[in-house]
Amino acid sequence: MIRLEPRQERSSALSIAAPVVAAIAALALAAIPLFIAGAPLGAAYAAMFNGALGSQFALAETLTRTTPLIFTGLAVAVAFRARLWNIGAEGQLYVGALAAVVVGTGMIDAPGFVLIPLLFLAGGLAGAALMAVPTGLKLKFSVDEVVTSLLLNFVVLLFVSMMLEGPLKDPMGLGWPQSEAIVDEGTLPVLMARTRVHAGLILALFMAVIVHIVMARTVWGFETRAVGSNPSAARFAGMSTSMVMLRVGLVSGALAGLAGVSEVAGLKGYLTQDLSPGFGYSGIVVAMLAGLHPLGVVVSAFFVAAVFVGADSMSRAVGVPSYIANLTVAVALLAVLVAGVLTRYRIRIQKPGARNV
Amino acid sequence: MTGSSQTPAQQASLALSISGVTKRFGNLVANDAISLDLAEGEILALLGENGAGKTTLMSILFGHYLADEGEIFVANGEGHLAPLPPGSPKAALNAGIGMVHQHFTLADNLSVLDNITLGTESLLKFWRSDRAASARLKELQENSGLHVDLDARVGRLSVGERQRVEILKALYRGARILILDEPTAVLTPQESDALFATLKRLTATGLSVIFISHKLNEVLAVSDRLAVLRAGRKVAEIDAKAADRALLAETMVGSAVQPNVRRAHIPGEAVIVARNVRAPDPRGRQTLENADFTIRAGEILGIAGVSGNGQSALAALICGLVAPQEGEIVIAGEPVRRFSPRALMQAGVGRIPEDRHHDGIVGTMRLWENLALEDIRDPAAQTGGFLRQGALRIRAKEAMSAFDVRGGGPETEARLLSGGNMQKIILARVLDGEPRVILANQPTRGLDVGAVSFVHRRLLDARARGAAILLMSEDLDELLALSDRVGVMYRGTLSAIHPAEDMTVRRLGLLMAGHDDLGDAA
Repeated sequence: MIRLEPRQERSSALSIAAPVVAAIAALALAAIPLFIAGAPLGAAYAAMFNGALGSQFALAETLTRTTPLIFTGLAVAVAFRARLWNIGAEGQLYVGALAAVVVGTGMIDAPGFVLIPLLFLAGGLAGAALMAVPTGLKLKFSVDEVVTSLLLNFVVLLFVSMMLEGPLKDPMGLGWPQSEAIVDEGTLPVLMARTRVHAGLILALFMAVIVHIVMARTVWGFETRAVGSNPSAARFAGMSTSMVMLRVGLVSGALAGLAGVSEVAGLKGYLTQDLSPGFGYSGIVVAMLAGLHPLGVVVSAFFVAAVFVGADSMSRAVGVPSYIANLTVAVALLAVLVAGVLTRYRIRIQKPGARNV
Repeated sequence: MTGSSQTPAQQASLALSISGVTKRFGNLVANDAISLDLAEGEILALLGENGAGKTTLMSILFGHYLADEGEIFVANGEGHLAPLPPGSPKAALNAGIGMVHQHFTLADNLSVLDNITLGTESLLKFWRSDRAASARLKELQENSGLHVDLDARVGRLSVGERQRVEILKALYRGARILILDEPTAVLTPQESDALFATLKRLTATGLSVIFISHKLNEVLAVSDRLAVLRAGRKVAEIDAKAADRALLAETMVGSAVQPNVRRAHIPGEAVIVARNVRAPDPRGRQTLENADFTIRAGEILGIAGVSGNGQSALAALICGLVAPQEGEIVIAGEPVRRFSPRALMQAGVGRIPEDRHHDGIVGTMRLWENLALEDIRDPAAQTGGFLRQGALRIRAKEAMSAFDVRGGGPETEARLLSGGNMQKIILARVLDGEPRVILANQPTRGLDVGAVSFVHRRLLDARARGAAILLMSEDLDELLALSDRVGVMYRGTLSAIHPAEDMTVRRLGLLMAGHDDLGDAA
């Protein structure tokens, strides 16, 4: 008989080991679909590893992919800490990108050190404004923010599509639904020559540190953690839970908005409807893998990015669908949820009929 | 309390035998080779401080935990002891062990009958044999005196009635051994007496009872034998007739317990005054109807009442969780204009919440953080929005040694503390600022003898310093011991307030049950 018994004390070593083990388990479990697809396993894993980390170029690609995931991962981690279930990072990313394109394609003529901060400011404000809607509805009318923030993603995508077909459409774009390009002054510098890694990564890492400091060392972080883990005790102690929630919602939306700015101004140069292959949703996995810890988000964003980039090159090398990447990331999420249970409970195996002596 | 207790059938056959049960959690030995016998028809009281191992032992008995060592034997239908398969709640139920938890496990929307038969019938059956079930229950009620309307919706029943339903449920399932976990915590003294009478009737027909309680008076009144656990070991097994309160308290704690005495003194000027206050209950229960009271400096006003009679509305009001619909509250001469937890704290009210897990403590945060929960925005706690962690940790260390908090340091997560130590953390937080007014709502609920004595001492210290204290408690002995004056809440109305010296537990009980104060106490 297998039983779960609650642990008296959660060890911190275990809570770090759990997501690592979960990630390894997810990679190992990817062998099953690979095997079914008939791929040579050794070659497939080798291609995956080399594609993600095997060369300077591969590493640069992985880091490029890591950048937006850090932003969206932070956005989700901050919100989930306060038990505000923001599933709308994808939409907030797109409005952030949209704001960057509006401001950065010639509306303002300014040098880079002015324009670039302005782009991020605009994107952050746009993301915050979008998340203010579900947060406000939750606080005012108790509307479930899971539903509203999720559904807003589709509204935003259609809105972006409308803008790209209409007012923001690039007249020189040969009819493609894409915006004009961000002006040179607004483009983020590349960090490594002949790669696509851009300064957005620096900002992402910086934000991770800032969020960590805010959560761990400030009154805001203190109140967020209190409201997130016991709202009635927080209210009893005199905190305004709705103010805290609203603040968290705005910060979360802003962080996701930054992801959009970073992608447009650092990588793509202009806005299209396929700017994000689901970075907002992957942000949820990133945050959960990180145990909602801001610095952990950096590590888990890198892992998730590596799986995606590696799976891409694996699919080219051994001819399996790159959907394996989605599968692996999904399994990683499930594995980390299971691992979360195991950090709180221990498994006892009892042979039926056996007497304990 | 009930009168003389007749001994159970002398040397009756055993109903239950626990033999050498040991249970370890890591380094902690929760149960250390405990052996305990329960005779047929006997009421055995299980005593011990929090963390002494009572709950662990009962959880092993009921199959929720596996013992590391030892065995349990239960008498089968013919009265022969048979080993109980470990780790199986189902086996425990089949062996005739029934448990009534402190928090009832009833479905409010279903009738009494449905609640009792729930889960006893096959899922594959299409129709239910209500008639057979209710006939059997009627018979059970006749024999036990547990009278409840079987067709009533459980949501409409009083707490005492719900407890009867829980006991009926256990009996209906064929319980021959009944475990009652703190059964009187929610009852009036009269209801408790009725429960004890029922237990006596049931044991006369062969039922065996294990009775877990903190209230030493009633333990002595109702049980035949007492077993005391301390730090996982059984330290005493006493015949109830040979025991007294002082002896029991000493055996539980391991050292003599000093009784706290309220010294008479002349209270000062009025600190908090309520005038014709009407206030809603935050959870939509009984509202508070035109309450009038004054508490002066250095005075404790005790409020008794069966849970759900408007005390929670009064508490919520003083905590700042609701605003009065009529009337006013005046603190130190200033009418309170804004009602929020922060506003009341600023007016000088320290609040000890009724439910410490729900309202008092953030379990996943550290102790130094929990101690700073109420004043985190004060300049002493932060500079420019950054926490003054060093200062807060030092303050926590001092507060924890002043209030004798054990089981961790400032960095320990609050959820790991025992109930008594959690309450000390809350006391430290509340009393640290020397508030003018203190609301103590069930301040000792679920605490062990040592912790209760500590809380009482601290409240009396605050009284001596000149605080005005509003004490709400279900423990009437505590209420009468600490309070200068007492009042009773019934259906939202506060009774006339009497000096504690003129009150007795019986008279309070009558008022709590809604009888007019006829003055025929004693």
